Amino acid sequence: MKITVAGETKEVADGLTVQGLIELENVETPQYVTVSVNEEFIDANSFETHILSEGDEVEFLYFMGGGATDRAKEEGNAVYE
Amino acid sequence: MKITIRRSDLDRITEHARAESPDEACGLIAGRDDADGTRIIEKVYILTNTDHTNEHFTIDPREQLAAVKDMRANGLSPLGNWHSHPETPSRPSDEDKRLANDSRASYLILSLEKEDPVLNAFHIEGEPGDRTVRKEELIITEE
Ligand SMILES: [Zn+2]
Repeated sequence: MKITVAGETKEVADGLTVQGLIELENVETPQYVTVSVNEEFIDANSFETHILSEGDEVEFLYFMGGGATDRAKEEGNAVYE
Repeated sequence: MKITIRRSDLDRITEHARAESPDEACGLIAGRDDADGTRIIEKVYILTNTDHTNEHFTIDPREQLAAVKDMRANGLSPLGNWHSHPETPSRPSDEDKRLANDSRASYLILSLEKEDPVLNAFHIEGEPGDRTVRKEELIITEE
């Protein structure tokens, strides 16, 4: 079947799961990746069971975030250069 | 590495970050890598910080998805992200380093700590807990 991964059309085996696609695509640091199929976000617990279908559009998004907290600051001795 | 940003884009994110302060503001950057290795930011996306605090930021994944599609439609490459530090200097915090999982990305940090905003760009490499931070040479273009 044909699916689209990050905008590119690919031929993949029928019955491929999201987890299978992550492995096939050699996705780096998959623990930080959010997956959407046809603009729906897939729960990480369903990666193994979510079977892809012909025409699916899949995107891999890296979690993007940060924080103001410095461990040193939490411990009460903030050090800024 | 050199990275360029337009003055107009810098002004736009500064204005937005000031409006959001004391919460952190955030977004994505897109553009291209020039033949000589200079990174050119062609488009800056202002996205929602779903954490809505001054302690943390998480880019709204739905907006991130829309931005990634917009980049692709416009022939731009994802170059990294930007966020503001309303009360702290323009350098990655421990938490920023821990969550910087893309070694190819440029991480822009806009500090509003002083009256004049300070923007710096960083590369963050290595494993979580043992990151190497390198400052990039940021060039503000006037076009
Ligand atoms: Zn930060």
